Order: sequence, then C-alpha cells, then structure tokens
Amino acid sequence: MLDWLSPEAATALMLSLRVSLVATLASLPVGVLVAYALARGRFVGHGLLNGLVHLPLILPPVVTGYLLLLTFGRQGWIGASLWDWFGFTFAFRWTGAALAAAVMAFPLLVRAIRLAIEAVDPKLEEAASTLGASRLVVFGTVTLPLILPGIIAGAVLAFAKAMGEFGATITFVANIPGETQTLPTAIYAFLQVPGGDGAALRLVAVSVAVAMAALALSEWLARRVARRIAGR
Amino acid sequence: MTLDIHLRHAFPDFRLDVDMVLPGGLTCLFGRSGSGKTSIVNAVAGLLRPDDARVVLDGMVLNDLPPHLRGVGYVFQDARLFPHMTVAENLTYAARIRRRKVEGQARVVELLGIGGLLSRRPGTLSGGEKQRVAIGRALLATPRLLLMDEPLAALDEARKAEILPYIEALRDETGLPILYVSHALPEVARLATTIAVIEAGRVAAIGPAAEILSDPVTAQHLGLRDAGAVLTAWIASHEEDGLTRLETAAGPLWLPHVAGAPGRAVRVRIAAQDVILSRVRPVGLSALNILPGTVVALHEGHGPGVLVRMSLGSEFLLARLTRRSAQALGLAPGVAVHAVLKSVAVAQADIGAASPVAR
Repeated sequence: MLDWLSPEAATALMLSLRVSLVATLASLPVGVLVAYALARGRFVGHGLLNGLVHLPLILPPVVTGYLLLLTFGRQGWIGASLWDWFGFTFAFRWTGAALAAAVMAFPLLVRAIRLAIEAVDPKLEEAASTLGASRLVVFGTVTLPLILPGIIAGAVLAFAKAMGEFGATITFVANIPGETQTLPTAIYAFLQVPGGDGAALRLVAVSVAVAMAALALSEWLARRVARRIAGR
Repeated sequence: MTLDIHLRHAFPDFRLDVDMVLPGGLTCLFGRSGSGKTSIVNAVAGLLRPDDARVVLDGMVLNDLPPHLRGVGYVFQDARLFPHMTVAENLTYAARIRRRKVEGQARVVELLGIGGLLSRRPGTLSGGEKQRVAIGRALLATPRLLLMDEPLAALDEARKAEILPYIEALRDETGLPILYVSHALPEVARLATTIAVIEAGRVAAIGPAAEILSDPVTAQHLGLRDAGAVLTAWIASHEEDGLTRLETAAGPLWLPHVAGAPGRAVRVRIAAQDVILSRVRPVGLSALNILPGTVVALHEGHGPGVLVRMSLGSEFLLARLTRRSAQALGLAPGVAVHAVLKSVAVAQADIGAASPVAR
C-alpha cells in the first residue's frame, strides 16, 4: 500500500503514527486528571498549574524542545537519574519524540476536556452523591460518561498536533531516520536535498489524508456520544 | 422517627438559624422563596456544610457524614435524571453502584406508575414523568429519610394533579419520613402532617398541619389569600345528583363528586375566604353545607379583615371576614356560630387522600 512512498518516507510515516498514538494515549489519563483539577478544584497553585499547562502553547517550540533537553537529556536533572537508575533515556529516541509531542499537545488536550467538564451540571453529581455514590464513583459513573465527547475531541486534537509537531521534536531528539524522523521532520529533510520535492509532496498528501481521517472519525464518535448524552 | 435539626449558617445576605425536632410523616417546610428552606434540606443532605450543624435522625448523627453515607434520599425541583442512562438504569443506579440486588423495584414502579417508561431515555420524558422517575430513583436507594425540594414547582397544574396522589401514597403507604419544601399552600394543605413555617432563616411556627393551618396567627405567615383549614373526612356515599356526601367531625358535607370508594379517608382544604359565618342556623339558603361550631379565637390583621378560628368537634375551621361583620355578629371566643360553605367552592385540587393514622 505504501509502495509509492520511498522506504525512508514510509518509515517516517509509521514512526509518526506510533509517536502520536503513544503520546496521545499516555497523556490522556494525566490530561483528564489535570483538566478535572483545573475545572473543579479550588487549591493553592491553581493558577500556576493552569499557566504551566498552557506554557507550550505560548513558548516558541524550540524553547520547549530545549527545556526538554535540559530536563530529560542524559545530563538533565531528571534525565540523568532515569539513565542512572533505569538505563532509560528519552534523548534521541522515538520515546523522546513522543514526549515532545505529548508536551506540545497537552494544552489542547486539557482545554478540550476541561471545557467538557465545565459543561457537566454539578447538580447531576450532587444527585449521584445523595444516591450513595462517593466522589470517585460519581466521577466514574456520571462525570466521565458525560465528558466522553470532550475527551474524544481532545484526543483527536492532541493526535493531530502530535502528527504535526516539528520544532520541539527536532530540538529535543534531532532528525534521525528510523528513530526520531517523523513526518514533518522528514518533509523538512526532503526539502533540503535537490530533487526531494516529489517525496516531500507525497508526504504532504499523506499528512492531509491522516488529518482528514482523524477529524472524520472524531466527528462520527462525538455525534454518537452526543446523542447518548442528550438522553434520547 | 424523630429528626433533630439545629443549623447556624451565615450567608452573605442572610443568616440561617434553625432549631426544630420533627416527628415522622410528611413535614412541610413552608415559606417564601429565599427564606432558607432549600438551605435546610441541603444541610440535612450534606450538600451544604453550615458553620454549625447538628442533624440527628433517630439517634444517628448525620452532620459529620459526607452526603453519600447519610442514607438520605433527595428529590430535586429539577429531576436531575442522568441523561446518559435509561429510566431503568436511573432507577437502579443506587443499587448498581453498591453492587446490591435491586429490592422492591416492582412495587416502586407500580406505586409511581412508571412501568411503561423503563426503556426510555430522560430526554424523551415529560416533566411529570421525569419527576416520578426521580422519586422512584430516590426511593430505590432505600433511604431512611426522603427530602423533596419543591418537586412540583416546575410543573403545570395538570402535571401537579398527576403527581400529588403518588406523593400521598408515599406518605400513607411507605411510612418513610419525608421533609418536603414548598411555597404553595394548597400543596402543603394536601400533603403535610406537620408544618414548619420558615421565615428569614428561622422557624416562625411549627406544629401538626391541622393546627397550623387553622391557627389565625400562623395563617398570617401562610398568606391571607391562601389561608384555610383542613378537615379530615370520610366518603359516605355518592349521590344521584353528582354530589358526594362526606362525614366530618362536625357533620355531613356535600361536595361535587369526590373520587374514591365509600369509607375512604380524604383531606379537604376549605379556604378561609369561602366560609360565611352566621349566628343562627340559616334557612332558605342555597348553600348546602352548614356546620355548627364555636368561635375559638379571632385575629385582627392590619387591614379591614379578621380571621376567625372555630372549632367543630375535634376539628377546626378558619373563616376570613371583615372586622365590621365580626363586630356586627358580636363574635368572641365561646360564641356559637354556623359556618356556611358553598359546595362548589371546594376545588378538586383541594381534596386529597388522608391516611387514617395521620389524623
């Protein structure tokens, strides 16, 4: 199926899909937790957490990538410990690309889920508590099913953002074919060599197709869930 | 059952300061909107944490418990059904989250007449249907106490009339103590066994419904236009001309057809402004109902009106007349009078079921 793509381009596509999927799935539980805390929590540092989550949206991606390198690089203050204790590193690995994509997509993920949580009537949660549900059970049986459309929307948005992430990725994990060369960095690489335009264009077409497919999927899912939640 | 409620709470705009001990049955918290009624039930449910609270239900201290451990059911004004669940799933929610078998579902479904709705989703239900499902959902959580916060306020008259009998049945058949918030006196008169009048965050009056409703002093708090006593009566017979003969402690009462088999107990609210008083038993009068009694108390308000409480055997009736009439008749405590009442003055909505034990 991928015959018309060069092996290098096909590898970049598969890697991008893997990086984006892992980034989305791994950040989803954290995203729900943070969104819930921001939407419903009243605690010291609320504003700080909010700012921190949104930082990658505002900072130049190169800065985010460099900060990731400083933190999670093999000499970084977290990265060094990870390497010493577990022999694991994000630096110049595909997992690093996933981390960079997750961090960059996180604000979009949290924002979509937070909006969904804020749209849930707290009165329904009160009603559930008078029926004997603890806060955790209320979340699992009332809040979570009701915010499912928001979670889906957030996940799709995060996935699309991860597919397109460039600046932080190339700064943090460079552009190593087969390891960290994702779709956008591959397009960039193709454009750097004479005669690479054709390969680049094909990857551009793939990018568009993946984005459209993801959007269609999320629309379909969201419509189904919305119908359920409207109580019809 | 006894429910002790002691609450103190300072809201930005008013203070809640409530001390009351409630018996079983259905207790109405009656008062204007903003008087603090809903805050009281929210504090009992645990949804409001007052500055100082002591809520004790039959010796069990509730005020330290989170809402989900209180065993207090709550029917809200807006039904608050879970939109992502069917009616059946809403009804069994409490049992499912506790991983318990659903007990008594058939009985509750029958009591509330919601058998035909089980597979529907809340979005497709009418307001009255939603509220009945909400009552069922609260009941199936097997609460020790049921709170109802103006469950009928959002419904039109027809829907209210549809649900009132179910709440009467709840009061008379389940024995579950109910704390019922309302600012609609006709509803309170039909349902309450005990009434607590709430004013500006305080208990202005509290007592058995028949006493509070026929007390001219508390009637001021209830609103003069709606003032009226409640008589307990039994259906004696349905007569050929469409009237129903009721037996009361003071004698027979004829009203337009009252549903129910002979022997059934009913509560009849008689509005104070529909009662005419006469010193002698009137003759040649079109009004069918003439009940003899004795004046117990008079209460003058600020206006030209007087509220007269008269006793009819073991029951009381309230009449509202002008001060001028009261003087002309020489009304005073101890004076024998006859209460005259037009049959058609009693609206169907003012007649409800009565539990024999509620008397």
